[in-house]
Amino acid sequence: MTSNFINSLYVFILAGFIGFEVIRRVSPLLHTPLMSLTNALDAIVVVAAIIIAGRHESTLSTVLGSVAVAASFSNMVGGFLITDRMLRMFKLSRTKKP
Amino acid sequence: MNPLTAQQLIDFAYIVAVALFILALKWLSSPASARRGVLAGEIGAVLAVVATLCNYEIIQYKWIIVALVVGAIVGIPLGMVHMTAVPQRTALSHAFGALAAAMIGIAEYYVRIPHLTKFDMLEISLEVIIGSLTFTGSLIAAGKLQEVLPQRPITYKGQNFVSLSVLGGAIVIALWLIVHPEFSRLFPVMVGVSLVFGVLLVTPIGGADMPTVISLLNSYAGLSAALLGFVLNNKVLVVAGALDGSSGFILSVIMCKAMNRSFTNVMFGAFGKVQVSARGEKEERTVHSATPEEAAAILAAANSVIIVPGYGMAVAQAQHKVRELYDALSKRGVDVKFGIHPVAGRMPGHMNVLLAEADIPYDRLMDMDASNPEFPQTDVALVIGANDVTNPAAKTDQGSPIYGMPILEVDKARTVMVIKRSLSPGFAGIDNPLYYLDKTLMLFGDAKAFVGDIVRELAGGEHT
Repeated sequence: MTSNFINSLYVFILAGFIGFEVIRRVSPLLHTPLMSLTNALDAIVVVAAIIIAGRHESTLSTVLGSVAVAASFSNMVGGFLITDRMLRMFKLSRTKKP
Repeated sequence: MNPLTAQQLIDFAYIVAVALFILALKWLSSPASARRGVLAGEIGAVLAVVATLCNYEIIQYKWIIVALVVGAIVGIPLGMVHMTAVPQRTALSHAFGALAAAMIGIAEYYVRIPHLTKFDMLEISLEVIIGSLTFTGSLIAAGKLQEVLPQRPITYKGQNFVSLSVLGGAIVIALWLIVHPEFSRLFPVMVGVSLVFGVLLVTPIGGADMPTVISLLNSYAGLSAALLGFVLNNKVLVVAGALDGSSGFILSVIMCKAMNRSFTNVMFGAFGKVQVSARGEKEERTVHSATPEEAAAILAAANSVIIVPGYGMAVAQAQHKVRELYDALSKRGVDVKFGIHPVAGRMPGHMNVLLAEADIPYDRLMDMDASNPEFPQTDVALVIGANDVTNPAAKTDQGSPIYGMPILEVDKARTVMVIKRSLSPGFAGIDNPLYYLDKTLMLFGDAKAFVGDIVRELAGGEHT
């Protein structure tokens, strides 16, 4: 148990540093897509929800798990969709001057 | 395949997914590679979900499928909303993410309750408290942004005391549960109290502070997912949560710096209090106003123009008219750029997305650090629906509530034009001395209509 915790803590701290370094470099131009993309990535909690819903241990856990699957999966689908829609709109000016 | 190797394959898929997530964020650093980043994220997510569906622990797929279908039905429209609705959509997705994390934590508690250690209980309580308060807090934020709830700060005497007592209550119950995990009747109470705290936390915060609040809630949502990873010993969740959490944290810091305020000041300072004292003496000062014809003539004669958009532009839905203005002026050889303050709008990057949607090329969009050195050489600064972020009092008037806040120095431009409905003070209720400068021309009217009139004048002038 405690060694699991220590392992998770290592992963958390390293991922936090990577996140900090990578996200620091994101241009302010893209801060809105950044937020919607991290939201979509965060929706990976769906994997935990799937297991809770599918293990079928009690009615309560199945209900809670299924609601969690729906909530997080909607974030995943919607998050990737809107991020891509936003990024498609960012265009450079055409070099030709009329 | 025996369960062990299957499990190893799943773990391997998770590691690949994690690597793809990090690449996704790395590629987001520039607009040129950003869409590749989305693709990497999507592949990672699909991989992780498919691998999970192969987990031998799953004995029943019926509800999973139903829930996935419901999630897709809810998610697709939320992914297709109009760009002006992106702030509330984002707040809503923080709420959904936190809801999912909280529900999984609650389910884990009831499944594992007979053999929970004190340490398990600590992790679960923390996770469920943060998930629950983020859920209701984000719902309130979404309600304010959608204007279902009033945007102004709602404050009352002793508010901070009440809010902090409620949070204290949740923590005391959590501590009690850690010592006595078998007191399961207290668990729903802890959840309920945390939900109430989320409401109390965000209700007093005004619309202008939403960029910080959304970023903070983003970081809480990430933190709750990471904590869930600790509870379930699932490293994908730990990594995704840490990435989301650090992103939200960085954005919160940027937003706070851009307003020269601290976290505690945003969360507990309630801008509303300042508002009262700021409205002191009211002397009559003169302003110069101009008609669309005059504004068009000045703009047409300029060599360089910087447009400073704010939330008012979004409210008036003026971005497409602004694009027409950009086109008309560019055609006449005027150099048009946009100066964007980090807290312009209702969420980080809000203005950039709106202008990009209106087809304004992103190399014309400058952040604050790039804009300020340009203003002294700029003929016209045209402010559309922005107020406090252009207020020179932030630099000169020590008594001003926004003193010290970094601003876009539009007052350095040769001529300043401000499109505004009336002279009434902005959201924070702070008077803006910019409007009374000799070089400032006030263009009174609706942003969309006024910009439209200028565009018409510019087009008309061409034929004569």
